[in-house]
Amino acid sequence: MTDTHASTAMLEDPLIEGKQDLAKVGVAIGDYLIDQQKQPVQWWFFFAVGFVMLTVLLYALVYLFYIGVGIWGINVPVAWGFAIINFVWWIGIGHAGTLISAILLLLHQKWRTSINRFSETMTIFAVMCAGLFPLIHMGRPWFFYWLLPFPNIAGVWPQWRSPLVWDVFAVTTYFTVSLVFWYIGMMPDLAYLRDKATNRAQRIIYGVLALGWRGSAIHWRRHEKVYLILAGLGTPLVFSVHTVVSFDFAVAIVPLWHATIFPPFFVAGAIFSGFAMVIVLAIPMRKYYPAVAAFITRKHLDYAAQVMFGTGMLVCFGYACEAWMAWYGRSVYEWGTTKQRMFGPYGWSYWILITCNFVVPQLLWSRKIRHNDVWLMIISLVALVGMWFERYVIVITLSREYVPSMWGRYAPTIWDWATMIGSLGLFLTLFMLFLRFLPMISMTEVRELLPKEEGGADGHSVLENAP
Amino acid sequence: MSEHDDSAPAVYGLLAQFDTADKMVDATKKANEAGYTCMDCFSPYPVGEAADAMGFKTSEMGPVMFIGGLLGATGGFFMQYFLGAYQFPVNIGGRPFLSWPSFIPVTFEMMVLTAALCGVFGLIAICGLPMLYHPLFNVPSFKRASGDRFFLCIEAIDPKFDLAVTREFMAGFQALEVAEVPE
Repeated sequence: MTDTHASTAMLEDPLIEGKQDLAKVGVAIGDYLIDQQKQPVQWWFFFAVGFVMLTVLLYALVYLFYIGVGIWGINVPVAWGFAIINFVWWIGIGHAGTLISAILLLLHQKWRTSINRFSETMTIFAVMCAGLFPLIHMGRPWFFYWLLPFPNIAGVWPQWRSPLVWDVFAVTTYFTVSLVFWYIGMMPDLAYLRDKATNRAQRIIYGVLALGWRGSAIHWRRHEKVYLILAGLGTPLVFSVHTVVSFDFAVAIVPLWHATIFPPFFVAGAIFSGFAMVIVLAIPMRKYYPAVAAFITRKHLDYAAQVMFGTGMLVCFGYACEAWMAWYGRSVYEWGTTKQRMFGPYGWSYWILITCNFVVPQLLWSRKIRHNDVWLMIISLVALVGMWFERYVIVITLSREYVPSMWGRYAPTIWDWATMIGSLGLFLTLFMLFLRFLPMISMTEVRELLPKEEGGADGHSVLENAP
Repeated sequence: MSEHDDSAPAVYGLLAQFDTADKMVDATKKANEAGYTCMDCFSPYPVGEAADAMGFKTSEMGPVMFIGGLLGATGGFFMQYFLGAYQFPVNIGGRPFLSWPSFIPVTFEMMVLTAALCGVFGLIAICGLPMLYHPLFNVPSFKRASGDRFFLCIEAIDPKFDLAVTREFMAGFQALEVAEVPE
């Protein structure tokens, strides 16, 4: 009873707290970049940690390029190892950004407005981290351009029936489209920073990046149209990218991989882990940048937690389906591999996965827990670990497929760990630099969201504005 | 600009400043009714009614992106067909060379990629950007067009434009100020 009452009250909660107006939005989000206010001490802490981890990545890469992929734990039968686990994990994290910026836009979800910018940024950096892994896993990464169709003297072209080639196109397209979507959404905000700039460097850098945007109504109309269509393209794109990633596995004839459930199962898992990352980033941002806490409210965190929970349960339905199909399908190999997955030498990883992705998120049923920063942070971190283990469990299946003569073991080396931790460092460093130099919330869209009496347009949405 | 007077500084137009979007839209409607055709509104967030009032009902971006996407999709498909069936035919599991279902992912990705790039570069090009200098930037208060103010500019190239008369006309708006924009 009280809970129903509380949730009705929450529906009426404003998406923007406090009394705002057009100027205040700019002061809260944009001006601290211009005034060069001191960053919170936590910014320096996270930047330093990220930078140290990034250095670890550089060290690991130099050694990798010097010796070769033999420094990793990969071998037959588990020839993919950490590289593909981290690739899928990172790209999955990226998908929440596109979901927020594109799908929630089409669905008229106004709560996306203040979290879309940093989520899109998260997407771009996550895809950069993801793209790193297949490149360095190639053994001879300086031939990376062999992945692309280009005329060459040997007359060799990509093999178009291979999911790995589809993956190249999917990830490249995804990165490019995310980048341009992010950039044109930010152009008006860059113009604001240009207009507020106090020194020459700011004027030049923000001025060039803003391309001379002056907010003309004609330009806005075109801008809105492009933004809307990009959202319409981004929606199937995000599904296609993780579908193609799942094809990397599902097209192979490995027991438990060769399954039609893989594409939806992967997409749900991607959004689950992505929203977990959104929450992990949003909670400290709210805490350490008090000015933005008025725009990223508890309501946003609550909604993000609900999406995370919903998609997480879809993923768990996928686990149940996998086990059921293996048993009901009466395939000796499918069922045998399932038993190995659950109780074999790597069974512990399966149960970590179930704990992290199924058991712990059940706490999110409680509104109290969804409204508690510490709990939400812990559950989201656990979900991220769980989704990493999901890919681990899938990849490690290679160690126990078909007949025992094909069996083997896999253990990561210190260099696997160094590369993985390093990719986290790359992400953290880039994200900290983003917080320092670019507006972390879309000022334009927040202004539009403000009620009429505060100078806004009542959240007049892009859809109504873009004929 | 046939009666251009050499002694006066060249004028780009007259710029009225408003504190709400509604006032800007009202002024635009009035200017449109009064027969002005060359004008533009400037606002920190999109105000669709302003574009409507100026008679710019729909933008060109839809067809641009549609054609871009269509070219990308057909180009992507035939690239795979030509390369996979003629240039470098490889027998993969006995599939026909035109095994179109396996060409769909790349076709789709190429469609999205070209549509998006045509949209974004088309937007920038059709808007005439990058244009780092614009006469409007000479008006100091115009800086607030990206923040908390709304502007309507009636341009001097308008056949009906006359500095004194138009200024008189714009004084009838609920504007905070009407500024002359030097060329």
